[in-house]
Amino acid sequence: MKAPAIRFYQTGSFAVGNRLLDPEQRSVQAGEQRTNSITCGHRACQGCGEALGARYALDAAMRATNGQMIAANATGCLEVFSTPYPETSWQIPWIHSLFGNAPAVSTGIAAALRAKGREDVRVVGQGGDGGTVDIGMACLSGMFERNDDVLYICYDNEAYMNTGVQRSGATPPAARTATTQAVGPEPGNVFGQGKSAPLIAMAHEIPYVATATVAELRDLEAKVQTAMEIRGARYLHVLVPCPLGWGSASKDTIRIARLAKESGIFPVFEARDGEVTDVSEIRRQVPVEDYLRPQKRFAHLFKPEPRTEVIARIQAGAERNIRRFGLLPDPKEGS
Amino acid sequence: MLRQVEGSRAVAEAVAFCRPEVICAYPISPQTHIVENLSQLVKTGELAPCEFVNVESEFAAMSVAIGASATGARAYTATASQGLLYMTEALYNASGLGLPIVMTVANRAIGAPINIWNDHSDSMSQRDSGWIQLYAETNQEALDLHIQAFRLAEELSTPVMVCMDGFILTHAVERLEIPTQEQVDGFLPPFQPRQVLDPDEPISIGAMVGPEAFMEVKYLAHAKQMQALELIPEIAADFKDVFGRDSGGLIRCYRAEDAETIVLALGSVLGTIKDTIDELRQEGMKIGAVGITSFRPFPLDAVRGALSHSKRVVMLEKALAVGIGGIVSANVRMALAGIQLHGYTVIAGLGGRSITKASLRDLFTDAAADRLEPLTFLDMDWDVVNRELERMGASRASGPHAENILRDVGPVAAGPV
Repeated sequence: MKAPAIRFYQTGSFAVGNRLLDPEQRSVQAGEQRTNSITCGHRACQGCGEALGARYALDAAMRATNGQMIAANATGCLEVFSTPYPETSWQIPWIHSLFGNAPAVSTGIAAALRAKGREDVRVVGQGGDGGTVDIGMACLSGMFERNDDVLYICYDNEAYMNTGVQRSGATPPAARTATTQAVGPEPGNVFGQGKSAPLIAMAHEIPYVATATVAELRDLEAKVQTAMEIRGARYLHVLVPCPLGWGSASKDTIRIARLAKESGIFPVFEARDGEVTDVSEIRRQVPVEDYLRPQKRFAHLFKPEPRTEVIARIQAGAERNIRRFGLLPDPKEGS
Repeated sequence: MLRQVEGSRAVAEAVAFCRPEVICAYPISPQTHIVENLSQLVKTGELAPCEFVNVESEFAAMSVAIGASATGARAYTATASQGLLYMTEALYNASGLGLPIVMTVANRAIGAPINIWNDHSDSMSQRDSGWIQLYAETNQEALDLHIQAFRLAEELSTPVMVCMDGFILTHAVERLEIPTQEQVDGFLPPFQPRQVLDPDEPISIGAMVGPEAFMEVKYLAHAKQMQALELIPEIAADFKDVFGRDSGGLIRCYRAEDAETIVLALGSVLGTIKDTIDELRQEGMKIGAVGITSFRPFPLDAVRGALSHSKRVVMLEKALAVGIGGIVSANVRMALAGIQLHGYTVIAGLGGRSITKASLRDLFTDAAADRLEPLTFLDMDWDVVNRELERMGASRASGPHAENILRDVGPVAAGPV
């Protein structure tokens, strides 16, 4: 399924405009039939991007699978805030085992379903960036390589938020975390080599890899729908701002996610069998400074005096993404 | 049917008769032949329906088994040594979640120094992981225990580890009674899970539990193992009815009724111990043996009953609790609380060192005369140890122990040990 042509851009109000559309064009979340896979009453922070992303992704997956779905969860915020004993927010069959094994647990579920001839029941594994790109990477890679029939969703908030904002392999350069503090001559996280889990997933040439943000939730829903129409290993990487860890206002979660995409910091694309097949182009390019400034984790880049050379390095990274993925329309085509 | 067969093959066939639906495997010696055989049985279609998943680590192996078991599938894996340690986190998780996974541990030493040969360091290190641990004395028992293990695990909704000595059993070819599919089907009912991930009846498994209920949840794992103390003998009795063989149970006594000296051990070394006992009995020594089949749960009452009339117990262990000595001994001493008898801990066979009849004969003779130290290391080369201790005393930069000792031992290490 192609992402719907209709896109909503938040312009200061919270109106989403579903009511103006034909029913079949409305989002899963706007429908009365939505399953509320993760229902109200959970304990996520105000403005939590992960709770939002998980709700949209799982409800879309439930619609795509006609409610025949099992989810496996890595340890992390999503697990902790959804299942404080004796309560659970999950209205789907759900298992949490360990921090680093959600992809393997998912494989086990899929194998059991295949042995039982219940391949109509589908499996979604999910975790945060720590559980995915760091401690879960071996299990994830194994699941990809075997092409197990699992959709794995990483909700990337770029650090170990559940344990108090420590650096992960997905933490961006210069970001302040509890273990990359904004002190010393080079405050914040190091400029490492980076670790793109979507590109690692693509290197396995699995049938479907996509990225998304919580700024474009209909795009997220469409990608989940697409993923569930495919058999084999699939990977969805969703950028989910974390007000607590990023030091941003709760009301700005969507806006910051959008700025990540519009600056080129976070490329939004789809790939099939290891090759990029579609990108969400930048609608109105913004300098990375616009993305960095509202986040306290980057405050040391602006005061006491601006660290222009660091900001320039981050801008160069965004430009590289724009070149590499073709995130800006080709000016020669005059679009 | 009697057949000349390798232990690993026999275990693979026994597991296949139990109709597992998901088998996950990662290679580690000396467990490999078991899963190689199972992969063949799945690939040929002899074992179906069954999914054989080649995973990327032991941690993943146990995790796949967790997912499969929670989805209501009968799940099996096998490992050893470093592999068992690598899956430790998932072992505790499987037992904490109450998932009836069955796993073979082909017992092997733990490094460093790296060593592929047999001792019990691996499974002993996981004695508190919440898994039931059964130790096989022979390949026939290894085969039989696997069939019993699935029933035990599923009856209690708790995981079971069947431990068999690496190489000594796994790679030994001998004549075994191989059951039929009909016999196993008659003994082992289909898996009816207590909890299952099912879209028609959604539940959450693995919720966070705080101080308000954690102790209760943990206690239930203990309660299940206490139930296993009753259930293990019952299952062994049922097994005898169906298969006509005595296999399993909590402990096994050998010429122990009137014995003044009782040797207590686990696993295949009991065979050598029994042979030595037969010889010493002919010479008039009142000696017998107690083999522990169920190490977890530990059968305190049965062990106490078997030892209480004796004068001394020699606890022969293939594992070392560095800093104190015996692991099995500590458990046995708990069983003997309040009973006055001499207890001798003997650490033997670490890293595959042969436990010979000659050594055992001397050991038991010394024990019967109460000439043993409380902690003995059987056939330890003290010269080698002392030389290394001297080197350590002489120089701060004395280098790695293993290399120093191998240099001392020289080419002997390549010959019979």
